Amino acid sequence: MAEKEVKLFGNWASTYTLRVEWALKLKGIEYEYVNEDIPFNKSEELLRLNPVTKKIPVLVHNGKPLAESLVIIEYIDDTWTKGYSIMPKDPYDRAQARFWAKFADDKCMSAMYSVSTSSGEAQQKMLQEAREAFQILEQALGSKKFFGGDQIGYLDLAITLLAFWIPILEEIVSVSMVDNENAPLLKEWFTRILDVDMIKTSLPPRDKMYELSKQRREQFFSGQI
Amino acid sequence: MAETAKLLGTKGSPYSHRAEVALRLKEANFEFLHEDLAHKSDMLLRYNPIHKKIPVLVHGEKSIVESLIVVEYVDEAFDGYAILPSDPYERAMARFWARYIDEKVIPAFWMSCWTDGEMQKGFIAQAKETLTTLEGQLKGKKFFGGDSIGFVDLAAGMVAFWFGILQEVAGINLLNEEDYPVLCRWADDYCSIEPVKESLLDRKLLVAHFASKKEKIFATKAPVYD
Repeated sequence: MAEKEVKLFGNWASTYTLRVEWALKLKGIEYEYVNEDIPFNKSEELLRLNPVTKKIPVLVHNGKPLAESLVIIEYIDDTWTKGYSIMPKDPYDRAQARFWAKFADDKCMSAMYSVSTSSGEAQQKMLQEAREAFQILEQALGSKKFFGGDQIGYLDLAITLLAFWIPILEEIVSVSMVDNENAPLLKEWFTRILDVDMIKTSLPPRDKMYELSKQRREQFFSGQI
Repeated sequence: MAETAKLLGTKGSPYSHRAEVALRLKEANFEFLHEDLAHKSDMLLRYNPIHKKIPVLVHGEKSIVESLIVVEYVDEAFDGYAILPSDPYERAMARFWARYIDEKVIPAFWMSCWTDGEMQKGFIAQAKETLTTLEGQLKGKKFFGGDSIGFVDLAAGMVAFWFGILQEVAGINLLNEEDYPVLCRWADDYCSIEPVKESLLDRKLLVAHFASKKEKIFATKAPVYD
């Protein structure tokens, strides 16, 4: 019934797309994947489906399009109610999960970006802010195995992209954003989450991402992007 | 939970407004604790140590922060009025548009007010585009939520009441009946809803407030919502 009518527009290098793919996989939903050549060669279909932000990922279910990865994940959980539970059930826990996902996107991602696109003293300042942000983020994990508890949940899906990107950027920029000093538990979670089968087998090749990140950083510093 | 909830906020803040209207729609038992943002209370710092911002909803011993997250929590934790739609797709669309308001509509309008020269022209162009897009979502409906106000209407509360005030203080004329007849009609209807009316400050007071902070805002671009 509903399963064949699921289409996902994304990009191989987009960790936001991966968030949605993981949600679909956890629910066991079959979907058609369309790779978009972003940012300069978006398909007409994508632009028609998401004329507002023109971005991927876009999920189309029964002909109806949705954008924004975290919005899509909640939609998936709301719609396919049998099977794996992605969001917590309790309203307070849900509020907390949404809060931390927003914190990760607003503070941690932008801190990570700032560190990799600055240099000298400015970079040192950005690095300090980033380290503090990750230290705070660790509060959401505590001593749990995953952010979702014993099993991965919404917040794990939201934050895994940090586990993937941070080590790569740390290597390129030669800094330490998450380590045993500021966030030991988070660091352990990085290793644990990247070892989860579904995640391990779906992440883009590290060396490809490394090269892409290096390239983008160079483009940034030379004013191309 | 029969316990009285506490909402830490200010009447001048459109974000606090969202949370307050949500609680009023649910006819929830709550106490509004007015924060002096220049001298933040111990309670605020205890319940929102990370961002130290309002609104903060304290329910039992738990605190919830970030206005749209508070609204969703209120919708889920309290019975009564349905703020978000029950259909999953409509719910997702409501969340999408609330985000759009926060990430595109508000910043473009805000920066249009407090910049000048070429920068301002750029922001005004963006603001016009986002307002047009937002207006398009009303598509023949009375409110974004349909016949009654919902999540997106609350998210757009700033557009309904604050935008007119800000542009008056800033001396620009972006949101007007000629260019945005549908959005302006919606704004009037929204502000007439009882729970919304109860939460809004007298317009003159808010104009005076922003006028007095004009220079500071122009310099820092940071909002001052006391």
